[in-house]
Amino acid sequence: MKLTQLLTSAALALGLATTAVAQDKTKVGFIYVGPIGDGGWTYEHDKGRLAIEEQFGDAVETVYQESVPEGADAERAITQMALQGADLIFTTSFGFMEATLAVAKKFPDVKFEHATGYKTLPNVSTYSARFYEGRAVQGLIAGRMTQSNIIGYIASYPIPEVIRGINSAYLHARKVNPDVEFKIIWAYTWFDPAKEADAAQALIEQGADVILQHTDSTAPQAAAEKAGNVITFGQASDMAEYKPLPRVSSIIDNWAPYYIDRTQAVIDGTWESQQVWHGIGKGMVKIGEITDAVPADVKAEALALKEAIASGEYHPFTGPINRQDGSAWLAEGEIADDGTLLGMDFYVEGISGQIPN
Amino acid sequence: MLMLEKRPQPSRIWTWATPPLAVLVTMIAGGALFAALGKDPVEAIATIFWKPLFGEFAFYYRPQLLIKAAPLILIATGLSLGFRAGVWNIGAEGQYILGALTGAGVGLALYPLDSAVVFPLMVIAGALGGWAWAMVPALLKVRFGTNEILVSLMLVYVAEQLLAAMALGPMRNPDGHGFPGSRNLRDYPSAHNAEIIEGTGMHWGVAAAVIAVTAAYVLLSRHILGFQIRLAGQAPRAARFSGVRPGRLVVVCLGTSGALAGLAGLFEVAGPAGQVSIDFNVGYGFTAIIVAFLGRLHPVGIALAGLLMALTYIGGEMAQSTLGLPAAAIQLFQGMLLFFLLAVDLLTNYRIRFRKKEAA
Amino acid sequence: MGAIDPALLLAALVVAATPILLAALGELVVERAGVLNLGVEGMMITGAICGFAVAVNTGSPAIGFAAAAGGGAVLALLFALLTQLALANQVASGLALTLFGLGLSSLLGQGYVGIKPPSTPRLDLGPLSDIPFLGRVAFSHDLMVYLALALVAAVWAMLKYTRAGLILRAVGENHDAAHALGYRVVRVRVLAILFGGACAGLGGAYISLIRVPQWTEGMTAGAGWIALALVVFASWKAGRVLLGAWLFGGVTVLQLNLQAAGFAIPVEYLSMSPYLITILVLIIMSADKSRAPGSLGRIFHASQ
Repeated sequence: MKLTQLLTSAALALGLATTAVAQDKTKVGFIYVGPIGDGGWTYEHDKGRLAIEEQFGDAVETVYQESVPEGADAERAITQMALQGADLIFTTSFGFMEATLAVAKKFPDVKFEHATGYKTLPNVSTYSARFYEGRAVQGLIAGRMTQSNIIGYIASYPIPEVIRGINSAYLHARKVNPDVEFKIIWAYTWFDPAKEADAAQALIEQGADVILQHTDSTAPQAAAEKAGNVITFGQASDMAEYKPLPRVSSIIDNWAPYYIDRTQAVIDGTWESQQVWHGIGKGMVKIGEITDAVPADVKAEALALKEAIASGEYHPFTGPINRQDGSAWLAEGEIADDGTLLGMDFYVEGISGQIPN
Repeated sequence: MLMLEKRPQPSRIWTWATPPLAVLVTMIAGGALFAALGKDPVEAIATIFWKPLFGEFAFYYRPQLLIKAAPLILIATGLSLGFRAGVWNIGAEGQYILGALTGAGVGLALYPLDSAVVFPLMVIAGALGGWAWAMVPALLKVRFGTNEILVSLMLVYVAEQLLAAMALGPMRNPDGHGFPGSRNLRDYPSAHNAEIIEGTGMHWGVAAAVIAVTAAYVLLSRHILGFQIRLAGQAPRAARFSGVRPGRLVVVCLGTSGALAGLAGLFEVAGPAGQVSIDFNVGYGFTAIIVAFLGRLHPVGIALAGLLMALTYIGGEMAQSTLGLPAAAIQLFQGMLLFFLLAVDLLTNYRIRFRKKEAA
Repeated sequence: MGAIDPALLLAALVVAATPILLAALGELVVERAGVLNLGVEGMMITGAICGFAVAVNTGSPAIGFAAAAGGGAVLALLFALLTQLALANQVASGLALTLFGLGLSSLLGQGYVGIKPPSTPRLDLGPLSDIPFLGRVAFSHDLMVYLALALVAAVWAMLKYTRAGLILRAVGENHDAAHALGYRVVRVRVLAILFGGACAGLGGAYISLIRVPQWTEGMTAGAGWIALALVVFASWKAGRVLLGAWLFGGVTVLQLNLQAAGFAIPVEYLSMSPYLITILVLIIMSADKSRAPGSLGRIFHASQ
């Protein structure tokens, strides 16, 4: 017998067995790429898991595995959860894409949700957040608040997700402040507190008085606090401990509503494969409290922008927008399609410097 | 007072008795740890050591054990030859990365050529990549007398940077929407390191590990080179008199271990991992050093030690997801196991005596 | 493109170099005693959490740093027991120590995520800080920076001029001869290992209490491994450790600054450079008299 068949039949047998036992208990699994204690990406996903437990109480059991390396180990971890009778499994890192698909093929009755990927199957959905919507709000505040007209940006890896954020922030900073200039550092890490601190420091020394970050630690916040007169924004989590200054606002990954939704769908038997890319409107991206360090009119302007984006009235990538080399990308009033956004590999006009590689 | 007395010969009984003893002690100490964390210690220990082998889903975990253990055993076997001869390659992690890069590089360069030669070419390239990376410390040692521990370790960091550069640059999947990471070699049948017999976990890397262990055993017990290796480690001066050329030994030992580490990297990237990605390496090269010592530098011992390590990884993962033990507790547990295994080795080589303090 | 202010760059470099400087200095003493402890990363991260937790609970960074040194030393004691009493292999024991330390630190740190530690004040050096250029580079830091520098001097002087230093070196060069001369090889080595652990702990705490400052799992992010490279780069000399720490710290700071100033640089290739330079240094050193301590990594037993 082939492994696929063997596993499938085992899963089926198990499925039958567990439906009898656990009729009233749905099992939801989570695969995390980092430790729960990272205070950022994984921490926020785990908050989503805890929200499920709170919402459903005894009706749902959640399990998780943290610090799962991408590749072969991920495949085993996911299979393990499927074997143990999970009905729904969230794999919360882009790097788990291939592993998720491979396991999903073997367990057609288990539902999978893969974060930030682009491949689906009848039992695999993908979900991601339109963080660039939050970046637009950030960019506006940054553009209004900067005195030196220099905004520092700590980027992680040169991938579309990060480039999109830079572009969105830049466009909206420039809109309110045409003199604004972005200085971008590629840290080549998602998480290395010491390096992030150095990067923030370097940007501040280059005259930046606003630091935006696309890395996960609070080190840049601390560096800004130490320097004084520099403002920052929380990334992934609220980073509230740096309120009211330097942290004047934040982009929060808010997975709880989606996780609760999808768990409910599995319970109800209405789960279907989908590709979602939710933003502020659906609550997947939250803008953390804008502190009083921001003047009231700027705050009002930022909240108005947030509302316009949330209601769908305004899209952060609305033409006219040119690419960095001056060639036209979006015509007047034209709105970027999701395909281009998902694969974005260029800066918009006005940003200096090159994307590495 | 307690005295240590070196045994003229390592004790045979203790050689075999110490590992189970260490495992037993770890179970007790680890059980205490799990109990302190509020988990049922017996259940936790059983989940780690018993369930992957004989539990409900053993049919899945047993093959996984092979997949996890194969690179460890393959690398550790190569390392043990050098360690016996007093040649310290601790940069296997770098050689593992290079093997994956060169091997996968060949595969990606030939994509989408459908031919039976693709995979063998990748295997050769992988072995060569690891070998070449290990030749740097070897040649520097022979030519300049630099310390191979340090050079090989430095090259690990260089290899890691190279890996990131490759995953983001030249090897990036052109159809991957700009995300880092290469094409998935598992979707490219000619390059895929598939299971030889489906459902067994037996991929070519496992086969290579079995061959390596057998070959090392034969080499050490039957071949003149094996004798020279042992001699060089135990009595370097005597080795020189008996015609062992130390330079050649360094080149052979480092080269072999590098090539085996490179092979392990290639089999991993073309099979279980599937693609070159920034975080492709997960420390097999370093863990293999521990495996080599746990196995007492003996090929059979290494095979067993590799399987034991794999068991604690897999069982540890199970304990996390079924019992909710934090990953950190599992790491701590593995650390303890290693400590005890290393500590009890004392009994093999030394006798503990109670002696009255004598006037010196 | 912006220009880079050399004073600010150098000041940043001094701070960035401090954690690896502390850890490398400890490891230097350990290796000079003939012991190779690859567990620096484990001891650093243990120091980072011990220091953080104690500083948060007592409100005093000073007590925190003391606790960090203690935590690092306790972990090092495990290594000492293994390698000096149980005569286990040092390479394997050191690797196991790192694994153990990483696990232990995240367990200890579970309640400390997202907390801000008490801040360590910048040392007030009065008018010194106002000296142009030099004031910013040399006299604008916290106490730990100066302590680290003082420690460099102390270790250098100890190794070079004191009897203790002589014994330490003798033990590291040839433990059998040192034993024959009546030195207590094991005792010297255990003390050196403890010192190494304490220094690594301080280095870790510098990251968690001053540089970042916050606790997150795995926050040392490989600094311990860099410290190991540093010792080799320095060819086991205290003064050169300082130089090396500035170079290693400097390359990171410099590449970040170059990026911030708008220069396009190949980041990955630049990040390789300190390690390649270290290998070069090793080759150059082989022509020189300075080399690794003779007994480095070898097991000592009195009956041999």
